[in-house]
Amino acid sequence: MSELHSLVGLLPFEWAQLEFMQYALLAIILVAPLFTMLGTLVVNNRMAFFSDTLGHSALTGIALGVLIGISDPLWAMLAFAIIVALSVNYIKNRTGASTDTVIGVLSATAVALGIAILSQGGGFARYSRYLIGDLLSITPRDIIGLALVLVVVFLIMLGTSNQLLLASINSSLARSRGVHVGLVELLFTLSLAVVVTISIQWIGILIINSLLILPAAAARNWCRDMKSYHLITFIIILLCGVAGLIISFYWNMATGATIVLLIAVIYIISLILHRA
Amino acid sequence: MLQAFEHHPKDQNYIVRGSSCGLCCTTVDDLSVFRGGKPIVEKVSLHIHCGEITALVGPNGAGKTTLLKAILGELPHSGSLNYLDAAGERSRKPRIGYVPQRLDFDLNSPVSVMDLFQAIKGWRPTWLFPSRRLRGPARDILARVQADHLLDRRLGALSGGELQRVLLALALEPIPDLLLLDEPISGVDYKGMQLFYAIVGELKKEYDLSIILVSHDLPVLVNMADRVVFLNRTVQSIGSPAEVLNHPGFLQAFGLDARSLELLGGIKIVKGGRFEDV
Repeated sequence: MSELHSLVGLLPFEWAQLEFMQYALLAIILVAPLFTMLGTLVVNNRMAFFSDTLGHSALTGIALGVLIGISDPLWAMLAFAIIVALSVNYIKNRTGASTDTVIGVLSATAVALGIAILSQGGGFARYSRYLIGDLLSITPRDIIGLALVLVVVFLIMLGTSNQLLLASINSSLARSRGVHVGLVELLFTLSLAVVVTISIQWIGILIINSLLILPAAAARNWCRDMKSYHLITFIIILLCGVAGLIISFYWNMATGATIVLLIAVIYIISLILHRA
Repeated sequence: MLQAFEHHPKDQNYIVRGSSCGLCCTTVDDLSVFRGGKPIVEKVSLHIHCGEITALVGPNGAGKTTLLKAILGELPHSGSLNYLDAAGERSRKPRIGYVPQRLDFDLNSPVSVMDLFQAIKGWRPTWLFPSRRLRGPARDILARVQADHLLDRRLGALSGGELQRVLLALALEPIPDLLLLDEPISGVDYKGMQLFYAIVGELKKEYDLSIILVSHDLPVLVNMADRVVFLNRTVQSIGSPAEVLNHPGFLQAFGLDARSLELLGGIKIVKGGRFEDV
């Protein structure tokens, strides 16, 4: 990692000399494949609403962490996100019908509960950094953690993405081909819960879902098969990520929001070209 | 030869058709499915012969889909499913190919026919590297259903008939012991429907397939099926199409009379309101 790190330092730009920018750049390089693998699946399997709920439930996770009294709420957030993932999975398999309403109620409850607890005594402002996120605060330790998550998620996806693809087309068809639909969907929702939750501190609750959904949604307007779909999604995240980082540095804006804005522009362009 | 007949000695309607051996079969033995303590499907026993299309008919709520899902192993059930080879030995669980009803998937999905093949045949994720090795075999498999030209098309861009043919091709890889067609042509235009059934008829002979066909389309069933199973929670009648049509409860269950069925599908009534096989 230190080699990569010093490579970035060789770039002849002012921003590239700053350590926090180097770390942020590394983080974007790690986040791009991670969000490509998960985002493409979220969009294809029509789970945008679900990942949104995961993001929102982080507020309650933080609140629970505060109530228990731990300084770093990440573990409480992770635990709560996993509970949400498991319950949504359960609801989905149990009813089989449209689960939008149930998930919507779950999402709203999680947000309200989180805000209620965190705002008690008027101290919500302390937690607003979770709403917006701060990519520039990323530490070398975070980056190692992110790399580990990337490796684990990559291995999970290596084993399950074909099966998830079949399940998204028709679950009976998938089962007739020996796919354990429940198991692979569970592995996927858990991966999603972990990645969304750990990314929130850098990207922010408000826009984490956009970063997951928008690149894949834009790529879909151009692509006709899975390979190009993944490749284009990856390129969009990487390019907009790096561009957003640099722009946010010079204009002094929140990095996550800048990146999402750029991706939104790409999405709109893809939509116009697609319709044309 | 006699030995080979022994596993269904009582079967009077047994006919060897075409080039198929007609000796192997899949049996459903005493299969029941309960939901909330109530039987949805009760004590169904069937012999599904190879080289034959066994049509499963019944009014809505008769348990056709439930029975299919139980055969697929998707629903818990009592009873068993066995594949008997030509020697009449209980060799193993049948290998099942399944063609679902019209798919309810996102038409904008960037999934090509080739992607679907790779997802089924290869271990490698569809997004990792191009898998050229699979293209030849995939094209050959699609050629079985006259769909080899569709290899690089997006699923959402296929017509209803084309999509069902692609799904049929997938169900045939590997060649199954039992092929389940669950209302395979609902929502497909007439030409697509004809082609689909022509292909199914060819495949039946060529690969000696046992086929279960679920459809609401009575005229199609009468023309396609070698054997009809009339299901209404339990098996009401089994036999040739005419035998089942003549079953006293059959037309009643569908709210039809013989005349309307004749008008509906050009099924000829022969003598005194009774149907006769073609």
